[in-house]
Amino acid sequence: MENTNNIVRVFQVLKDFTMGKSIVKVLKGIDLEIKAGEYVSIMGPSGSGKTTLFNMIGGLDKPSSGSVFIDEIDISQLDAYELAWLRCRKIGYIFQTFNIIQVMTALENVTLPMVFAGVSDDEARERGMELLDLVGLKKRFQHKPFELSGGQQQRVAVARALANNPAIILADEPTGNLDLSTGDEIIKLLKMLSREKGVTIISATHDLKMLNVSDRVIWISDGKIEKIENRDELSISLGQIEDK
Amino acid sequence: MPQHTKSIANLPQKQVVLPFVKSVEIAVKSIKTRFFRSLVTTLSLILAISFYSYIKTNSHIITGLFASGDKPAIEKLSNQGFDIPEKGKAHTTTPKERWILFLSLLVCVVGIVNTQLMAVADRFREIGTMKCLGALDRFILRLFLIEAALQGFIGSIIGALAGSGIAILGSLIKFGTIAFKFADFNIILMSMVLAVFLGCSLSIIGVLYPAFLAARMQPIEAMRGRD
Repeated sequence: MENTNNIVRVFQVLKDFTMGKSIVKVLKGIDLEIKAGEYVSIMGPSGSGKTTLFNMIGGLDKPSSGSVFIDEIDISQLDAYELAWLRCRKIGYIFQTFNIIQVMTALENVTLPMVFAGVSDDEARERGMELLDLVGLKKRFQHKPFELSGGQQQRVAVARALANNPAIILADEPTGNLDLSTGDEIIKLLKMLSREKGVTIISATHDLKMLNVSDRVIWISDGKIEKIENRDELSISLGQIEDK
Repeated sequence: MPQHTKSIANLPQKQVVLPFVKSVEIAVKSIKTRFFRSLVTTLSLILAISFYSYIKTNSHIITGLFASGDKPAIEKLSNQGFDIPEKGKAHTTTPKERWILFLSLLVCVVGIVNTQLMAVADRFREIGTMKCLGALDRFILRLFLIEAALQGFIGSIIGALAGSGIAILGSLIKFGTIAFKFADFNIILMSMVLAVFLGCSLSIIGVLYPAFLAARMQPIEAMRGRD
């Protein structure tokens, strides 16, 4: 699935936070291009600006200067409606803490974005069941979140992120709250989605297992891009990690 | 606008919607799941509204009794400390009653604001998640308002029935059936409807500020909240 479109383009993004009297420069000029269908991991120590960059790409935060383009639309120019539309249709979010809505069943969680998108009830239900089937939870569609394990909740979140056929899935530490084997399952699931559905996956992570499946890894350090590695280069550096 | 039309051109049917029926459905679900919390909110409303209804119904019944001209009943009333109204004038609630009534309603609203603020804090993540999924500010506002309206409606119906019921039962015991011979039940019913309306309004007034806070919350703040 070769596609040369840049689905995400980050252009000279700076971000400052004001902490009391001092100004903290979190991002110090980031330039980044991500192609449609890529599986990209953003790595970096905590405090490196990884999450901030991630939030910028997701339209959850606005840069102090510079721009973020999604599908060549400058998202800092969008008003509240357009941003909501973008979050609803173009981007699927997966969180470290799952963020399944507690009062709703698995199926209702998956269909909620479709409700926002104006999909009819029957269609939403049908598609919701398909998605739950895809993540292997078809039989549990009526379960409430507290009846599901962490891994299962995260899978519901993956299904929910896919609800409106988004172009991008943003996963913020998707395996952070999961044990090794369930984390592995989620990573495999994401990889499968990127390969079979051509969804662009961008994840911020500490998890080295994520690197194995990534097409590219972006290392962030101190608000700048330290290096970008492609997968073939990566296996070497991974080997070094394993050797140590 | 030129700036907007440019981006709109790239976004086909850029609408996000939450049909009213769906909002009600979500609100009902939320009340059911958080039944205990809803109960606490509703309970303060039930108490306040039943007190209001009790006072009002009592006052109507007493008006009827005075109008009846029934000697023993009027004597009983004045023994209990009720002032006999001038001819042709209705019995009214005393300033003290009105003052207590006002205070009880005020306490009720403050209580609702308090529980709803806690509810919003509890639901930080839920609200943030919904916003990440494409919810607009007004969806969140609407959800909270519908929830409050439902709680207000149910609570004040229970309150109005209980208050009027107790008032009617009380006068029945004190004065016997004569209490109702002259009481105007249409007016009592009207005051109950008014009580329900008042209850709904109080519930909605109480939720306005918390709901506004919730709606204005940025998704990113909600995600950060209590991690």
